Amino acid sequence: MGKVVIDQERCKGCMLCVEFCPKGILAPAKEVNSKGYHPIECNDEDECTGCATCALMCPSVCIEVYR
Amino acid sequence: MTTDMKQVYAYPDALTEVEMRYCPGCTHGTAHRLVAEVIDELGIKDRTVTLATVGCSVYAYEYFDTDAVQCSHGRAPAVATGIKRVQPDTIVFAYQGDGDLASIGMAEIVHAAARGENFTVIFLNNAVYGMTQGQMAPTTLLGQKTTTSPRGRTAPEAGFPIRVCELLDTLDGPAFLAREALSTPPHVRNAKRAIKRAFETQVAGLGFSLVELLSTCPTWWGMTPLEAIKHVDEQMTKCYPIAVFRDRLAAQEGEQSAESAPGEGE
Amino acid sequence: MSETQRTREFITGNEATARGAIAGGCRYFFGYPITPQNKIPEYMSAHLPEVGGVFLQAESEVAAINMVYGASAAGARVMTTSSSPGISLMQEGLSYMIGSELPCVLVNMVRGGPGLGNIGPAQSDYWLATRGCGHGDGQCITLTPNSVQELHDFTARAFEIADRYRNPTMVLADAILANMMEPCDVLPPTEMPPADRPYAVGPHGQERERNIVNSLWVDFDEMEEVNLRIQERYRQAAEEITDWEEYGSDEPEVLVCAYGISSRVCESAVDEAGKAGVQARLVRPKTVFPFPSEPIAKWAEQAKCAVVVEASMGQFVEDVRLAVEGRCPVELVGHAGGNIPAVSEVVARILEMTS
Repeated sequence: MGKVVIDQERCKGCMLCVEFCPKGILAPAKEVNSKGYHPIECNDEDECTGCATCALMCPSVCIEVYR
Repeated sequence: MTTDMKQVYAYPDALTEVEMRYCPGCTHGTAHRLVAEVIDELGIKDRTVTLATVGCSVYAYEYFDTDAVQCSHGRAPAVATGIKRVQPDTIVFAYQGDGDLASIGMAEIVHAAARGENFTVIFLNNAVYGMTQGQMAPTTLLGQKTTTSPRGRTAPEAGFPIRVCELLDTLDGPAFLAREALSTPPHVRNAKRAIKRAFETQVAGLGFSLVELLSTCPTWWGMTPLEAIKHVDEQMTKCYPIAVFRDRLAAQEGEQSAESAPGEGE
Repeated sequence: MSETQRTREFITGNEATARGAIAGGCRYFFGYPITPQNKIPEYMSAHLPEVGGVFLQAESEVAAINMVYGASAAGARVMTTSSSPGISLMQEGLSYMIGSELPCVLVNMVRGGPGLGNIGPAQSDYWLATRGCGHGDGQCITLTPNSVQELHDFTARAFEIADRYRNPTMVLADAILANMMEPCDVLPPTEMPPADRPYAVGPHGQERERNIVNSLWVDFDEMEEVNLRIQERYRQAAEEITDWEEYGSDEPEVLVCAYGISSRVCESAVDEAGKAGVQARLVRPKTVFPFPSEPIAKWAEQAKCAVVVEASMGQFVEDVRLAVEGRCPVELVGHAGGNIPAVSEVVARILEMTS
């Protein structure tokens, strides 16, 4: 059981976390943030294991992980 | 947040709150985070000096929550030398790109390494000049198109890419030399391990340490961030093999564990 | 500095410079070999460790000035010495030090140029010192000794000046001053001054906010603010440390201006001209940035003409002309390439101008 908190304003939607999430539960939001990026969000919180691979790969340092 | 959850990944203390200006997917940010995590883990933030150089990472002094000196293009190893000769116990790291380190600053890096100056270099190799808009770098791969090698780099025109770790590995001075890639989770974990090793080498006073990080420049490579990390994995590592070239800390630890004979230890 | 403990010795300008630096609290030296000043790094390599200092031979002048930059950022009294081509290579680093508001001392034992030139004495780096020091609005505060004693004293004092104005300070001399021997009242080494520079980087625990040494200001107004601060320090320096010496008649027909080695030629020329019936007065700047315009303007008011003597082809003369502001004609006696103006030709020009 885990949880990711993605700073929607800092996220630049680069997709690296999406690519490496072992559960495949991250995806770009439909909305854009103030910089015009589609920030990444978790679309199935129950599936998150808190493995933190997303945070490991995040170049924008905008993901916090809880487990 | 449920109260029984523990934070397993937090924003590093050694980074300021300033938002990094890097392009989406650029692994400069990853490198910054790993360095900051190592600084936190070693508890050295209040005695670390960051050397920002010229290139996309020119604002490193705004991102790392440490004392900092902004250096002219290529000269960070000389500046680091000056600081360390005055303050041997201060932890100094220079954050240099490939143009800064392997082109304009080649003399400074080679001589600092040869002297075994006790500081750490984080060397971002993304095979291109990012900040000045994608020109050919000393580490640009043969065949790679840049804004100053529009038909692709050829050896007769522009010579061959420079392998910095291998070059420095010919010297006696360095205590730690490693090349890692910021491409996939296992590689990023190894990169952090190498960065930590490099800082530990400096803390132990063993001399010059450098970690080369194969990095991406999605913008000037004309790739998506995902294509770019694949390019690192599939193309860059062919020219720049991942390896730990030198680890004197390990050699020292080996000696220490050999001294404490079996049975006498813990 | 302990004036009472001076000892009289017969030494070269290079040695006097090195010992002046140690007396001025310098404990860090970074430099690269170049003639005619090699005896300075040699002295430093032998003697800095004796007083707890560090000498390091850099891989180039480019590296040397950047090591100086690092050591200064870390709060040290630090210097480098070189000669003309080496100072050319340091220009970028000097600009960074000016922009980052860091002090250091550098000594330029000027040699003949341009290019590789030669190792003879010259004053052709006047612009390099007073207009140069790299890109941007900024100069080195520049001291111009004319004897072994002054090389010693000015170098010692340069560290205090550099610290006060947070700006690189240059001692501008030449190959003759560097290598000739004269009696010199030598100051003893001082204790290492405490590193109390609030802007310096280094270990700090929770005691202060982090320090950033930097010359990058993307915002135009912020960059201009830094420039204004630097210019304000130059204005203060002009008020506080502008220095010169005068020699000769109080009722001169001719004003003679020269600095450094040329000024010694001119003292004799003023005497000789007097014997030939022409009264002359020498104004000899001991600082050229800031420049002593006042005494030059004052004597130009009375004199029929000014004769400017320099071992270069018309650099120093421009500052004299700016000071004279058309009050009288200004004539140049210049030489280059290692030649120093002779007393006879200075006298001849003085007589020619008044005939």
